[in-house]
Amino acid sequence: MHIIEMRNITKKFPGIIANDDITLGLKKGEIHALLGENGAGKSTLMSVLFGLYKAEKGEILKNGEKVNITGPSDATKLGIGMVHQHFKLVHNFTVLENIILGVETTKNGVLQMKDARQKVLELSQKYELEVDLDKEIRYITVGMQQRVEILKMLYRNNEILIFDEPTAVLTPQEIEALIATMRNMAAEGKSILFITHKLDEIKQAADRCSVLRKGKLIGTVDVAATSKEEMSEMMVGRKLSLTLTKKTPQIGETILQVKNLTQKGDSQKNKLTNITFDVKAGEILCIAGIEGNGQTDLVNAITGLTAVDSGTVAISGVNITNASIRNRGTQGMSHIPEDRHKHGLILDYNLAYNTVLQNYYKTPFQKMGFLQKGKIREYANQLVERFDIRASEGSNSIVRAMSGGNQQKIILAREIANSPKLLIAVQPTRGLDVGAIEYIHKQLLAQRDEGKAVLLISLELEEVMNISDRVLVMYEGEIVANVNPQNITFKELGLYMAGAKREAAVA
Amino acid sequence: MKGDFMDKFLKGSGLSIVSSVAVVIAGMLLGFIVLFISNASQAPAAIVTILTFGFSSLRNFGDVLYFATPIIMTGLSVGFAYKTGLFNIGASGQFTFGAFVAVYIALNFEFLAPPLRIIAALAAAMLAGALWAAIPGLLKAYRNVHEVISCIMTNYIGMFLVNYLILTTIFDPMRASSQRVPPSTHIPIWGLDSIFTDAVRASPLNASIFVAIFSALLMYIILDRTTFGYELKACGLNKDAAKYAGINENRSIIFSMMISGALAGLGGGMHFLSGAGRTMSVADVLANEGFMGISVSLLGLNHPIGIIFSGVLIAYLQRGGFNIQPLGFAQEIIEIAIAVIIYFCAFVLLVRTQLGNVIAKTAAIFGNFIKFGADKSSKSAKSTKGKAV
Ligand SMILES: Nc1ncnc2c1ncn2[C@@H]1O[C@H](COP(=O)(O)OP(=O)(O)O)[C@@H](O)[C@H]1O
Ligand SMILES: [Mg+2]
Repeated sequence: MHIIEMRNITKKFPGIIANDDITLGLKKGEIHALLGENGAGKSTLMSVLFGLYKAEKGEILKNGEKVNITGPSDATKLGIGMVHQHFKLVHNFTVLENIILGVETTKNGVLQMKDARQKVLELSQKYELEVDLDKEIRYITVGMQQRVEILKMLYRNNEILIFDEPTAVLTPQEIEALIATMRNMAAEGKSILFITHKLDEIKQAADRCSVLRKGKLIGTVDVAATSKEEMSEMMVGRKLSLTLTKKTPQIGETILQVKNLTQKGDSQKNKLTNITFDVKAGEILCIAGIEGNGQTDLVNAITGLTAVDSGTVAISGVNITNASIRNRGTQGMSHIPEDRHKHGLILDYNLAYNTVLQNYYKTPFQKMGFLQKGKIREYANQLVERFDIRASEGSNSIVRAMSGGNQQKIILAREIANSPKLLIAVQPTRGLDVGAIEYIHKQLLAQRDEGKAVLLISLELEEVMNISDRVLVMYEGEIVANVNPQNITFKELGLYMAGAKREAAVA
Repeated sequence: MKGDFMDKFLKGSGLSIVSSVAVVIAGMLLGFIVLFISNASQAPAAIVTILTFGFSSLRNFGDVLYFATPIIMTGLSVGFAYKTGLFNIGASGQFTFGAFVAVYIALNFEFLAPPLRIIAALAAAMLAGALWAAIPGLLKAYRNVHEVISCIMTNYIGMFLVNYLILTTIFDPMRASSQRVPPSTHIPIWGLDSIFTDAVRASPLNASIFVAIFSALLMYIILDRTTFGYELKACGLNKDAAKYAGINENRSIIFSMMISGALAGLGGGMHFLSGAGRTMSVADVLANEGFMGISVSLLGLNHPIGIIFSGVLIAYLQRGGFNIQPLGFAQEIIEIAIAVIIYFCAFVLLVRTQLGNVIAKTAAIFGNFIKFGADKSSKSAKSTKGKAV
């Protein structure tokens, strides 16, 4: 018997069927993973269960009995709790206030915090969910905010717990702890739905796994009996090479040289402190770190988006510390920016115009100040062909209407086609689905094999470990480790990222 | 090229001529209601006058074009800035400044022979408008002051400064306004008076209407065909991406404002050198042409060709409105009725284009999805079928 059963759920949004006739059963005490690419419909399905969306078709059963969930309050009454992809906490309330919000006990209009505190403390000890009850949410880490969300569910005695991509914002250590907590809760009889698109986590945590693709349920499998390759194939609908084949790097001369780079912050604390490193031709150097540890400031300084306070940046020995952005481009720097909508594209220009963003003023795209639209289109068509960019109206498509993966491909194509000496890629795979990620990784490796210097900034440990030749770890604006990914474990890397460990001397 | 041009304008705006006309008719109905409320018995006659006056004779139509010219120029000014991401609400001050400089040169630069003097006066008017607009441009580029704020300030400063300059340099106490420019410095008529005339007299229409049309064409070419326009629009659409691409976005802001101001300044210069005995008054009122430019641009969907048509349409309504005074309508009621028509049209067009964009985008995304999905799944259907479930 299933504690929760969703039968033939269909949920449509204008122009799209987000959930197409999905049937799914959750057993009591199991961790049930929900796997699927971005946009597969995972969040939608869970929102239907939690009462945020009303499905057009289908029914939900609890312990075999049909239930009617019209809103989150119904769901809560049925013992269903959800940790959303984006937390829903009140930032200027304390942890404790957030946990009891909505289920406070009052006496004569006065909050009765003492019992609540006792109960929360017990829960946090029992499940090893360490939180600081009197801190305001805005002052605690993302990891702790998540623990607050979990405690909120436990405090309400929820027995069906939904986690929507809980690991996306966590460090490896935190992920490990979360998985342990989930197992712990499952052992106590709670039933867990766990959304992710990371196969390792499913292998570690889940008992069964349901795979969604484009709104359809592809199947539910027993995790122990199914390989990662099989699950990923179900997820994307084709075979993927999960492990990239890498040639041994042919390291060449130094291309990028950053020396003693320091950026002052608003407070006394520096944004960047004394950063020094090289990137050589033929290698992928990856800068790893948790978001917000100075990676963005570093990239902005190198690419010229912000001025440098002190230190130098050079390309092939030419000092470009104060060079214009255009000049950096001419020196051979290409940049796949972190925010593709803010910096990477002019969304209301068409695809063709976006491919010449740095070159529109050069021949053959220009003649006596006039744009040569034919030439620009020709060039764009070549890139569309070469990089397999898909858009409804080819090079004439307005970029805004294209999918995220294809938008990223335009940037990738443009930056690679400029044949740079140095390619800086900042979180190039963020938010993309597995197929697109694989493609981008292959392209980055191809650049490296062609003897380009590649500087990759990534938050994804898997990415860091898989494709880089060397890894620098940033923590609070400093480089705390310079390691070879082959000689280091995920765990160790995580310690560096969390600031718990640092190399004695970092070159 | 011309066909392509029109085609794009209509396609780009997502509208057909038919639906635009329908909107204008609906606007007229609303205006009619205003007139009806004010004076029911005369309202039908009034609306007929508004609708037909402009076409009632060639002279009247010439007047429509004559009054359309300055607001087409300020419309282009606003439209150009808008296309590059700026809201030039300062066309009024730029228009006034251009007008003053042109009138001053026409009156005082006697060392230049009249044809040359006209050219010099108009060139200076452009320059004056450009420089006056450069101030908000510089403030925005280097001090991050929003152009709307600084444009409002430069409007007032411009108006008071020009009043002061008129009083101290070219004032005619008899008329209590600027002196009349000599007829030799009037912009040439090019025989238009023999076409746009009736039994009584000819319309003051002159060559400046051609300059306005030519300016519109130039604006289209600059924005659509040149690398310069590519930069300006890129900055307007996404300043951060323009910077990322190595485009000097501060320079672009300043140039955009200057071109915009030059258009308004030229409009002012031409308007006051256009014969018809026009002189510059020293009242403390901002030049209305500048604000009309906003409506004209909005109604013309910020497209140069659209701006020409909307400028003519608005001038047409205003001429018609002006001529219902004999029917006993107060000037204010007429202005309200005309404003209702204009703003209703502009509003509907705006909503429709925005809506049209949203629909088009959604459709495109959806189309993409299906296409992408289709060829993805056709490739993969076989490989997973056996496994699934
Ligand atoms: N509120 C909404 N309105 C319209 N479309 C939506 C909405 N929420 C999700 N979608 C669409 O439904 C599909 C599934 O989305 P979602 O369930 O968030 O996917 P996942 O969580 O698997 O990444 C996507 O194509 C998404 O764009
Ligand atoms: Mg989701």
